[in-house]
Amino acid sequence: MYDVIVAGAGVIGGMLARELTRYRLSVCLLERENDVACGATKANSGIVHGGYDPEPGTLKAKMNADGVEKLFATAAELHVPASRCGSMVVAFSAEEDKTVKALFARGQANGIGGLSVLSGDEARALEPALSPAVTSALLVPNAGVVCPYQLTIAAVGNAMDNGAELKLNFEIVAVTREADGFTVTAADGQTVRGRYLVNCAGGHADAVAAMAGDGFFTLIPRAGEYMLLDRAEGERVRHTVFQVPTKEGKGVLVTPTADGNLLVGPTATRVESAESTETTPAGLETVARLAAKSVPTVNFRQVITSFSGVRASVAGGDFIIEPSKKVSGLLHVAAIDSPGLTSCVSIAEYAVTLLRGMGLATEKDPAFNGERADTHAFRRMNDAERDAFIKEHPDYGKIVCRCETVTEGEIRDALRRNPPAADIDGVKRRTRAGMGRCQGGFCMPYVMRLISEEKQIAMTDVTKNGGGSKQLKGRI
Amino acid sequence: MKRNLICIICPRGCAMTVEGEGTDLTVTGNTCPKGKQYAIDECTHPMRTVTSTVRVTNRPDTMVSVKTAAPVPKDAIFEVMKRIRATTVKAPVKAGAVLVADVFGTDVIATKSVE
Amino acid sequence: MKYHDIVIVGGGPAGMAAAVAAFDAGVTDVAILDREEKLGGILKQCIHNGFGLHKLGRELTGPEYADVYRAEVEKRGIAVYTNTMVTAVSPERVVTAQNRSGVLTLSAGAVVLAMGCRERSRGALNISGTRPAGVYSAGTAQKLMNCEGYRVGERVVILGSGDIGLIMARRLSLEGAKVEAVCEIMPYSGGLIRNIVQCLEDFGIPLYLSHTVAEIHGRRRVEGVTIAEVDDKRRVIEATKRYVPCDTLLLSCGLIPENELTRAAGIPMDPVTGGALVDEHRQTAVPGIFACGNVLQVHDLVDYVSDEAEIAGAGAAAFVRNKAENRAAVTTKAGNGVRYVLPQQVRADGGEDVSLFLRVVRPFGKVRYTVSDGERVLATANRLKAAPGEMEKITVSRDKWQNVTGPVTVSLEELA
Repeated sequence: MYDVIVAGAGVIGGMLARELTRYRLSVCLLERENDVACGATKANSGIVHGGYDPEPGTLKAKMNADGVEKLFATAAELHVPASRCGSMVVAFSAEEDKTVKALFARGQANGIGGLSVLSGDEARALEPALSPAVTSALLVPNAGVVCPYQLTIAAVGNAMDNGAELKLNFEIVAVTREADGFTVTAADGQTVRGRYLVNCAGGHADAVAAMAGDGFFTLIPRAGEYMLLDRAEGERVRHTVFQVPTKEGKGVLVTPTADGNLLVGPTATRVESAESTETTPAGLETVARLAAKSVPTVNFRQVITSFSGVRASVAGGDFIIEPSKKVSGLLHVAAIDSPGLTSCVSIAEYAVTLLRGMGLATEKDPAFNGERADTHAFRRMNDAERDAFIKEHPDYGKIVCRCETVTEGEIRDALRRNPPAADIDGVKRRTRAGMGRCQGGFCMPYVMRLISEEKQIAMTDVTKNGGGSKQLKGRI
Repeated sequence: MKRNLICIICPRGCAMTVEGEGTDLTVTGNTCPKGKQYAIDECTHPMRTVTSTVRVTNRPDTMVSVKTAAPVPKDAIFEVMKRIRATTVKAPVKAGAVLVADVFGTDVIATKSVE
Repeated sequence: MKYHDIVIVGGGPAGMAAAVAAFDAGVTDVAILDREEKLGGILKQCIHNGFGLHKLGRELTGPEYADVYRAEVEKRGIAVYTNTMVTAVSPERVVTAQNRSGVLTLSAGAVVLAMGCRERSRGALNISGTRPAGVYSAGTAQKLMNCEGYRVGERVVILGSGDIGLIMARRLSLEGAKVEAVCEIMPYSGGLIRNIVQCLEDFGIPLYLSHTVAEIHGRRRVEGVTIAEVDDKRRVIEATKRYVPCDTLLLSCGLIPENELTRAAGIPMDPVTGGALVDEHRQTAVPGIFACGNVLQVHDLVDYVSDEAEIAGAGAAAFVRNKAENRAAVTTKAGNGVRYVLPQQVRADGGEDVSLFLRVVRPFGKVRYTVSDGERVLATANRLKAAPGEMEKITVSRDKWQNVTGPVTVSLEELA
């Protein structure tokens, strides 16, 4: 019997699990996929939003304003790539100039410091690649970027290092409330019991709520398509460049990523379900067209991959972070769409406060260590340091992924360190192996071999992302 | 019989037509005598070199590449593959070693060495 | 810091031939650095035959062709660092590499870049749909099948009719897979005719020209693809879309010279070839740094890679012996119907014949190539056919290079 079961290992569930391990609590994190951060978290813009956007008075406004500094601090503690690059919201007409001013005012109401309104020329002076058609811009200096899946991986890893348990491939099919707590049952029949249950199930949070007997909300899945460009384009802009939202939509952003690539997107299309993550020709065309509106010089020949993420919103628009009104011991942390990533640390802290209010005893655990080793330390070493390190750890001398210069040592580490990667995509998210220009063309067979060795499984059982995603069809 | 084929002797790729019966064939569209010969061979007894791999049983995940030492009849390709697939080998293997003997008048030989 | 007269980055066909040529030109302190366990590069996985007809006068498989050059390298006692990956090349010719023993820095009298190329990925092609297992670049599938002995798929669609894709269509068929179709977005194939005949026609595999894969389906593993005809602007014609069930999609959509080290060294590049700008000795604009093989321009035949590498190897040797050479260069230029000309610069002043290599923009029938310096015609050549997939070579004899002012333009006219 765990003290707390957290359903869903996205950035919210992962950060909450970490927050809970600060206390003397047994924590179990459940995830339906073969790795953490595989739902909405994986295909997120990675933007740390300044906080000018949410409606004042909402949970979103509160969590966002509180969350920015906490997120940057946590990213530093977990050694996750992040950068406070600042953002701009650009306008293209007198009408849109008014929106920029309105956003400025809303930012003031939300208590966001440092905002300013720039003329088109002032904006171009700071960001020379901006279109000549830009008429004004809101400058948001506290905003930035963080790698959403590395943040989640690090948070879960740190939670595990501090005693939390992670159960992957645990697709929840039933939740039963008993006298002393919950029994959560997976598709394969295994069960987990816990006194408290926190619903962080992202795109499936409405289904989990319903299974627990409190299905009071319905999520509306919306897909956002993106294109990721090579690092050669990574310095095209220095800030995250948003467009003023219009009646036609929220516009697309052009941003450097925390890893030095350039990201453009997203679209916002109503889709069937949380699994509808396919990209479409129309979506990608829209992204390219709208991105070029802000930054005409984006070189789309440098696209290395495109992807789509499904975010889960509700009709009301605000986060749902509240104890169930019907089922005691159940806490909902649902409908976490933008600015969910920015707010994740604040949400985790707030969720713990709510759990405390629900009766959870929270005694600090003095053994908690919030720092996680820097898994990218090797990459930042100079030649002399690398030489010394390789002499101690020869696996770091073998470069496996030549596009991103990832070594065998880093890949083996990713396959061993909490939460251990279990498949090709898991290795990619942790190490960037296969994430470069050749998209794994050269390194995939070698990565597969390392997975096979470390996991003691046959090459033919190595998967791309768990389940039926085996790469090979057998031996010749 | 009338058959159209593209010459593969050189990059020019002449579009040729072969007409006639048995050994009485006329070739049109070729620009050189090599092309004519290719067209006639291709219509009377097309030949192919088969290349594949044979598993090395005493090395992990190791294959030795092989080829037929001379071309075999095109119709026999899958028969040759059957013989190759039924074969395994133990290292060391030397390039040139005969791995399957007497296959349609030739041998299947290793094209690389495995130590 | 250790010194070698010549350091060669990459031990595939280009690197090996460059090393042998440099040695034979009298510079014996040559070192090859290669990231893999064994020299040979991509030839090691090209188990099919068809190599060496032009260069060696006999038909070999890839591993055999590599063995020929590996033996030459060994015979000369050329230094070879295997399992060693070069991470940087400086304009001052300091080469940084790493292997399981540590970080290695070598200073060199001359450097020859011979890193080869990579395949265009799905992302670069921007094919929409899901992202399941079972999407391979043709070369990755080739490596898994030929070197490691695994089957990658049972029902396969191949996008792109480049030679590797065609070769893999045959290879998959021989191993019992069903190749449903090869789709080529262009109205013509970029592959060799011989491969279309012996890899597709022999096995009854349909080649759909002006077709592409519009979408990929399947959540965990590929379940099918939507293929469609494209118009003359390569846009999908909606009405022609059809679903083809398959478990594997192979991509053979072009090769890209792997020039990250070159760019990082600040060496000026040719946007058309994707390789460095070079002179007739294959010297880049940075003195003492040479480039050859598929890192310089993507070749159709390994035989031509070896030829080009010999030029670079000899050039590097000459540079090491006599660094003073610094004659003014004239530029070359692609004229009508020609996509690019290599070398992009010529320093010759009548001392030697210089061959110009080029590719055309689209297929032509009978053509005449003209090499001219302004009004002056330096050479002409007639060919019965020209295709983008076939590299063309025109030699301008030594006497013609005297008093050339440039740019030297190569153009073609289609003959009736």
